[in-house]
Formats: sequence, C-alpha cells, structure tokens
Amino acid sequence: MTASDDAIVADPAPADGALNGPRKRRRGAENPLSAKTGSGDAVFAGLARGSAIFILVLMASIAAFLIFQAVSAISQDKSNFLTEFNWDPDGNNSNGVPHFGIAAIAWGTLTTSIIGLILGAPIAIGVALFITQYAPRRLGQVLGYIVDLLAAVPSVVYGLWGLLVLDNHMAGISELLHDVLGWIPIFATNGTYGSSYFTAGIVLAIMLLPIVAAISREVFRQTPRENVEAAYALGATKWEMIRIVVLPYGRSGVSSAIVLGFGRALGETIAVALVLSTNFTIVTKILEPGGNTIAANIANSFGDAGPVGRQALIASGLVLFVITLGVNYLARTITRRGSRKAVAA
Amino acid sequence: MTTDAFEPSPKGDAAALKSAYAGLGRTSPIRRLRNNSAAALITLAFLVALSPLIAVLWTVISKGLGDFDPYFLTHSMRNVAETDSYGGIYHAIEGTLEQVAMTAVIAVPLAIFVAIYLVEYGRGRLATAVTFFVDVMMGLPSIVAGLFILAVWILGAHFQASGFAGTLALIILMLPISIRSTEEMLRLVPGALREASYALGVSRWRTIARVIVPTALPGIITGIMLGVARVMGETAPVLLLVGTTSSINPNLFSGAQGSLPVFIFGEAAQPEATAQARAWAAALTLILLVMILNLIARLIAWWKAPAGSR
Repeated sequence: MTASDDAIVADPAPADGALNGPRKRRRGAENPLSAKTGSGDAVFAGLARGSAIFILVLMASIAAFLIFQAVSAISQDKSNFLTEFNWDPDGNNSNGVPHFGIAAIAWGTLTTSIIGLILGAPIAIGVALFITQYAPRRLGQVLGYIVDLLAAVPSVVYGLWGLLVLDNHMAGISELLHDVLGWIPIFATNGTYGSSYFTAGIVLAIMLLPIVAAISREVFRQTPRENVEAAYALGATKWEMIRIVVLPYGRSGVSSAIVLGFGRALGETIAVALVLSTNFTIVTKILEPGGNTIAANIANSFGDAGPVGRQALIASGLVLFVITLGVNYLARTITRRGSRKAVAA
Repeated sequence: MTTDAFEPSPKGDAAALKSAYAGLGRTSPIRRLRNNSAAALITLAFLVALSPLIAVLWTVISKGLGDFDPYFLTHSMRNVAETDSYGGIYHAIEGTLEQVAMTAVIAVPLAIFVAIYLVEYGRGRLATAVTFFVDVMMGLPSIVAGLFILAVWILGAHFQASGFAGTLALIILMLPISIRSTEEMLRLVPGALREASYALGVSRWRTIARVIVPTALPGIITGIMLGVARVMGETAPVLLLVGTTSSINPNLFSGAQGSLPVFIFGEAAQPEATAQARAWAAALTLILLVMILNLIARLIAWWKAPAGSR
C-alpha cells in the first residue's frame, strides 16, 4: 500500500497561492501547507490502520479468552465434555463433582435450527420470488420493506409471543400433525404437546425468514434480463421461466443465504430459551415438550451458575462459536464458488 | 399479479409479443395448470410469511396497550411485587438508552475509521484479514459476545456487572454492522470527487474528512441507526453482564442496571398475569423505540438519496 500512499502524501504543497488564502483564514496564523499537513496525514492513516488492527486484536482475544476459560472448565469436568448429556457443572446433584457435556444441547441446537430451516427457507424463497417476479415493481419495494421489518423485531418479542400466544395454539397443531404423520417416529408423542422443538423451530423459522428472503431477493433481482426474455421467446410460461432462468441463476446466492439463515438460527438465544421447556435429553420426538439448546442453556443456567458453572457455559459458548464459524465459512465458500462459475460462464 | 403465461414487463414488448402469440395456439392445459399453481403457491408463501408479522404486531399492540400509560413509563419496579398491577419500566428504559448511547459513542468512530481504512488505505494482507474477521464478527452469535465480555471483564478483570459491561458486548455486535454499511457507502462515492480534491492539492486525510465522508454521510447515518436499532433489542449479552435490578440506576459504570429486553425476558417467564401484562407493555415500548429508529433511518436514506448520488 505504501507506494500509492506516498505518491499522494508526499507532495501536498502546491505553489498556488489562491488555494493558500482561504485555508489560512480558516486556520488562523498557522501555515497549513507546511509539514503539518503531512503529519495530519500520518495521524489519520495511523488512526485508520490502528482501528483495523484493533479489530484483529479483538477477534484474537475473543478466541484466546474463550479458549482459556473453556479449557479451565473442561479440565475440571469429570464426564466427557463431548458425550455427556447432563449439565451439572457445579455438582449440585453429585456433591460438588462437576459433570457436564454438550451432547444433548448441541443436538438440540442443530435439530431446532434444521426444523426452522425446513419450515422457513422454502417460504423465504417464495417471498423473494413473489417480490421480484410477481409483484409490480413499486409494490415489490414496499413489500420488501415490510419483510425487512420482520428482522427489526427484537428476538425477545418473538420469544414472548412464542411463549404466551403461539404455544397455546401449538397443542392443537401438534395433535393434528401427530394424527396425520404419527406413524413416522419423530412425530410420535406420549400425549403431551407444546414447548417442543417444533414450537422452537417455528419461532426460528420466523426469525431466519427475513434474512434468507432479503438475500434471495437481491440475487433474483440480478437475473440477466436477456435470459428472461429468451425464455419467454421460447414460449415458456412464467413458472417455466423461473425454473429454467431465475432459480438456476440464483442457486449459489440462495444456498449461501440459507446457510447464513441457519447460522442465525444456531445462535438464537432468547426466543428459544423462552419457548422451550428445558431438559437434558436427546429429544427425538419433536412434538413433545423438552430439550435444550446451547444458547438457551447459557441464558437459562447463567443466573444460578457458580464459578465452574460460568466457565462451563463459556466452554459451551465456544462450541457454538466454532459451529457458527464453520457454517458461515460454508456460506462464503458457496458464494465464492458461485461467483467464480458466473465469471467462467 | 397476473397468471397470464406471457408477462414480460416492458409494456410495449408485452403487447407485441401477445399479438404474435395469438397466432401460435394455446399453451397446453397441464403447463397452464402448473404455471397457475406455482403462482398460487408463491403468493401463498408470501401471505404465510406476512402472517407472523401481523400476528406479533397485533398481539403486542392489543395486549401492550393495557399497561402502556405515562405512569408505566415514568416509574420503576422498586418495591413492586410481581402480583401488583402497577409498577413501570422507567429504570429499564433509562438503562437501555444509556447502554445503547454509549455503544454508539464508542463503536461509531471506530467503525468509521475501520471502514475508511478498508476503502481508502487498505491493500494487501491486513485489509484481507480485517475483511475476513468483520465477516466472522457478522456471524458471531450475540450470546458469545456476551460470554467474551464475561470472560474478560468480569471473570478476568474482576469487575462487577454493570451497564458498561453490557455496553462492551453491544459494541462487539454493533461494530461489524456499522463497518459493513459504512464501507458500502464509502465505496459509492465517485472516484472523480477524490481525484478532483487531490488535483487541487488537498491532502489525503482532508480529502477523506472533508469530501468523501460528508458525501457518504446520509448513507452512513442510515446504516448506523439501523445498527443501533438492532443492538437495542439484544437481550442475551445484556442478560449476562448488566445484572438485574428493579430500581433506577443512572450510573452506567457501577451497579446493576435495568434493561428493556432483559425486563421483558424476566417478566415473560413469570406465571402471574400482572407480570405478563407488564412484559407486553414493555415489548410495545421496545418495538416503538426500534421502529422509530428504523423509520428515521429510512427517512434519512430516502430524503438525502439525491445528495448521495450527485
């Protein structure tokens, strides 16, 4: 960067007096064209560079501190951190001997997010198609704004609504689903419904929908006009045009949008903490109450956690961090591969 | 919306195509059926997506209005039992506003400088690394940001829970949003402006401070306000770091402070109808604050749009 920097920084002193005049008046007696300007440049560049380096230091220290606390907790764990179901880091049930593991909560995090994705992603893509392909242009902008509003609603409000409103209706919906699909093991129940992975999944679906819809919308909007016209010229119906032009064109963008939405769902804390009725088992029947997620467990257990308990929660947070990091990396890889393909074509 | 098989949007072409099409015979019934059912499904998806927004807003407004009055906004929960029907959220509003204001004061200049670095100075490895880590921070779950400050500030440096601890976590969440939006706005500034300024002999930093940033300013402000609205609703990190209190504590730096999202979280989990009523009214307050910020941000963007593209 230095070469281009210096070229401009090096000679800030034009001999032109006309430029000098007004500046002098503003700055008082001091001559702005002396070495002062050069040092101003250096200070400013230093500030910008320093802020950039600060971001790197911040990320490095996030990783370092989380790892330090997590290792300290895991070394005190008398169970296998990766395979233990229970969460008892302060040893409340075993005379102060810490037993905790992330198997059950990690399972819950993945399962609820996948349910959210299955329910939310197709609807989000439908919304993006509706806004870009079906709605009139003006109306599309307004509708896009309305969908963006969904993202602006704080997650705690979704949690409140999920707990006090949605969950009351979930018993009926779940029972219906059980009656129709009960022969599939995951829809089997012991007769109780609500506060389940399914409810949490619905809330997550609502929350990831605006993200997936917003990115897909941008991708669909960039579909080359010529390809659309070509499809119509070949006699395609609107749906056929969407299938052979819009969807293939947007495939990598939409895939990465879905993965990003998945990442958002994985980290969602408060809404899930409110909706789910907590226990530490690997829940396979998604309509029954129970289960937990990494993030919700942190919010729920933090209040009562002792010293080891807090460190243990940090350890589980580190696992969540690593999972979301992997998911976001996947999203970026998909985008990059997609854009490379677009360049090649 | 239309179910017509032929609807290319430029109006003139559509008419021309339609007349050409009239001579070609009909689209087969199966294809027409498929086309129409796809249109119906996509429209249905949109309506399904809209329903939770309407449902959430409707419940928050209808249930929230019950307790939402001047008394509620100007009193705290000090010496109020969960079963009491009175009590208010002044302490929570004050805490949230202070925490968010402090977040903006620290995060905004930092974010603008990082964005300036990326757009104006950044070449080579450092810029690539920063871009990459801003991406990583974008996807950082808010609870992990809270845990980080917990590990550093409270477990590491042995500070007590305070409003400022929450602020630190909110800064981590706000930085990537503000950097990304500022960066996009700075990149939109035409290169000609930059060159004109250099050609007049204006130094690099003055060009940035007097020409480039002012040109992009409306967009930058919009992005920042959306970021502020976003962190205002964050519950998880604040829950871990700010502590809980039912009294007014105007001191950001010492003692537990109230927070609007955490208040909602706490009251929602209570079984009493009086507590839940307060949760709804607080949710209404929070949504109003967030929506007002959003609205102002969009208004600035819409209002100043011509200035940005001059």
